[in-house]
Amino acid sequence: MKTRADRRTPEDTADKAGHSRRSERPRGETFVWMTAMGLTVGLTMIVFLLGLVVTNGVGVFWPRRVALVEFREDRDTRFQGGTKALGVITIEQDRDVRDLTIEQSESPHAADRREKQLFLGNRDAFGQAFSFFPAGDIQSVTYPDDVIRAERLEWGDALFFPVRLEMEDGTAVEADDPIFHSHLHRLVEDAAARRAQIHRIERYEIGRINLQMHQLEQEERYFARQDSLTDQQRSEREAVAGRMDELRAEYQPLADRAAELRSKQQRDILVYRLVTGEERSILVGQIVHHYYPNRLGVAGRAQIFAGQLWRFLSGYPREANTEGGIFPAIFGTFVMTLLMSVAVMPFGVMAAIYLREYARQGLFVRAVRIAINNLAGVPSIVFGIFGLGFFVYFVGGGIDRMFFDRALPAPTFGTGGILWASLTLALMTVPVVIVATEEALAAVPRGVREGSLACGASKWQTIRYLVLPAAAPGIMTGLVLAMARGAGEVAPLMLVGVVALAPNLPLDGLFPFIHLERKFMHLGFHIYDLGFQSPDSEAAKPMVFATTLVLILLVVALNLIATLVRNHLRKKYTADKF
Amino acid sequence: MNDKRDSTFAASRGSGEIRQKRVQVGQRQKQTGNDAHARYIQVRDHSFFYGTTQVLYDLNMDIPERHVTALIGPSGCGKSTLLRNFNRMNDLIDGISHRGDILIDGRSIYDPYLEVISLRKRIGMVFQKSNPFPKSIYENIVYSLRVAGRNRRAELDETVERSLRAAALWDEVKDRLRETAFSLSGGQMQRLCIARAIANRPEILLMDEPCSALDPVATGKIEDLIHQLKEEYTIIIVTHNMQQAARVSDRTAFLYMGRLIEYNDTEKIFTNPTEEQTEAYVSGRFG
Repeated sequence: MKTRADRRTPEDTADKAGHSRRSERPRGETFVWMTAMGLTVGLTMIVFLLGLVVTNGVGVFWPRRVALVEFREDRDTRFQGGTKALGVITIEQDRDVRDLTIEQSESPHAADRREKQLFLGNRDAFGQAFSFFPAGDIQSVTYPDDVIRAERLEWGDALFFPVRLEMEDGTAVEADDPIFHSHLHRLVEDAAARRAQIHRIERYEIGRINLQMHQLEQEERYFARQDSLTDQQRSEREAVAGRMDELRAEYQPLADRAAELRSKQQRDILVYRLVTGEERSILVGQIVHHYYPNRLGVAGRAQIFAGQLWRFLSGYPREANTEGGIFPAIFGTFVMTLLMSVAVMPFGVMAAIYLREYARQGLFVRAVRIAINNLAGVPSIVFGIFGLGFFVYFVGGGIDRMFFDRALPAPTFGTGGILWASLTLALMTVPVVIVATEEALAAVPRGVREGSLACGASKWQTIRYLVLPAAAPGIMTGLVLAMARGAGEVAPLMLVGVVALAPNLPLDGLFPFIHLERKFMHLGFHIYDLGFQSPDSEAAKPMVFATTLVLILLVVALNLIATLVRNHLRKKYTADKF
Repeated sequence: MNDKRDSTFAASRGSGEIRQKRVQVGQRQKQTGNDAHARYIQVRDHSFFYGTTQVLYDLNMDIPERHVTALIGPSGCGKSTLLRNFNRMNDLIDGISHRGDILIDGRSIYDPYLEVISLRKRIGMVFQKSNPFPKSIYENIVYSLRVAGRNRRAELDETVERSLRAAALWDEVKDRLRETAFSLSGGQMQRLCIARAIANRPEILLMDEPCSALDPVATGKIEDLIHQLKEEYTIIIVTHNMQQAARVSDRTAFLYMGRLIEYNDTEKIFTNPTEEQTEAYVSGRFG
């Protein structure tokens, strides 16, 4: 037999619901609105932030057309005394009203009150890479076909018209020669290959010898400092001297080879003409890459874009970090975050297990828990100072006195390094892991623990086989939070090992492969260095956005990995029925 | 009859060690007659406290071997507490204390030289809410063996089949032993928990309202199972369901406000109780 409710049609039900809403005003409706509004504000801010960073960061690498701007003869805007300027139009905006003359502010043409910013390049010739021009003074904007934009090892980009290539053998290829373009392309590629080779020789082969020589020199200095030497020390000293000579002998052919390659980089010269008419020349070996920005189709632009992006991600920084790539910073951030996770996980989890599972719950444990929660709120710079005082000076200094006494007074571990930075951050994030782990442990159902104990398992076996696996997703959540906080932290790192430019990576092919005592670069500090410490802040701005984007992506990637692991664990160990 | 059951029991046992133990028990039984058998578990002047709150008052009862003993009584009467004292599960709670003693097979469970883990290995427990571990069906069963350090594959396989057959679950799950235990239905999960409890061949099986969350069909299956299991195990079951107590148990204890009101053969309790309170409770007039 069917009940009345079964026979009711959907319309009936809807009507009834609607009716009740009309007749009786539901309580709490405004509160729903408020909560939704809170979420909307948060989401808007996040979308806005990401949008800003992405558009500014990605736009840096997109090759834009280079405009030839001609100024009106009857106005007095001039560039370097001429009426033409060549550059990429980067910004177009209203001028500051305080800069306007009365005529301009009353002018019927809106263009008179606007201005354009041009990226001019050629910092070596013009002294500045960016300049504003009043839009109303511009006669025409054209996009000449034969402009080359070249990224140089020094002085940033250059925008110019090519004139001719002067080869080592005295021959020259004029720019209007049809083979000029392919010729230049080949020479630039050859130079890039040689540069990579020089880099390899100097960084790895000579680097290895330098490292050993550095250590031997420290020994030598140590012997020199001693008032008198024992026989054994004397023979040691001789061995050091002998080894030193061997290394010098090894070093010489490599240095010669690098010098030879370097001299090849000096052979070919590109002569070019600036927009002012001035002719200048540049060694082809100085050009990192070049392209004709006004000849490119979409595919060509995409190719250039990919190339520039790749050089940015994989390259080493040049010219006070404002040019080149950020690979050492990415790598440093990554290695540091990993080391931090390795350090924070066992400590945090073990502490939480004791606190939740073994400690007798009482006043003392409550006090400890409050202290841990407060620790999470301590400003990070405080941890930096503690890291400097405790890890660097006390622990590192102690290690130096015990194991690296021959290198003293030059510190080995007694100065900032990636190990101390990781440990400092681990200390900073350990409360996050403890709190998350405790919550995860508490969420493991009592029934599972009792079932295990009833099976004759000890408390530790219960924790090891059932509680920890079931809590693993929650623990991973804690690690995600810790990593996100650690990877984005800058202030404490400045005290314990981050530098603006580190000569070597913390992890490389030289024995012992991982160099925990080395200083390292970090994306967060790199952003600070670019934005606030570089001589040309205008030029650094796009790099700041690009680096920020990379930092965000790196944190997202690390979180994503941890989240995937967590979901995998969650699927494995939990189900809706418990 | 009891002797006959004993001998078939000994023959059916696979493990030599346990057979030996059984023989010893049998021998002692011969010496002391049916007395030791009927007084397999002895509760002596047992009182129990949560902090300062007394929940059990001077209980005295003898629980016979290989029978089903039901503990009944209204909520809060202390029957679960008593059940959980047999394997000292209440040790997990802070601030507990006890008076008197509980002896199993002549030995006090509160003996300071007795390790609580070895006590629990001899006593299986099934909980009110089925609590399979977040592992495969197979790993759920062999858990008690693994924690005892027994990892031989052949032994584990044998245990899984024997336990699941004993719990009447083998035919339903034999093709998916590697699947997670959460893929089972509620009744199957509870039978899995029973299989897990008997995997390590305990002597006693404690059941804390094992059917309270199950439908009548699953309840029927579990009750049938209890009937079969008492051939091998001493079963103590806590239940709220009078019919169930009447159906499955041989002896019934009625507890009220932490005191043992009446303890007798089930038939007697339900048909002709001595105490007025018992009669009122089993006939549904209070509680």
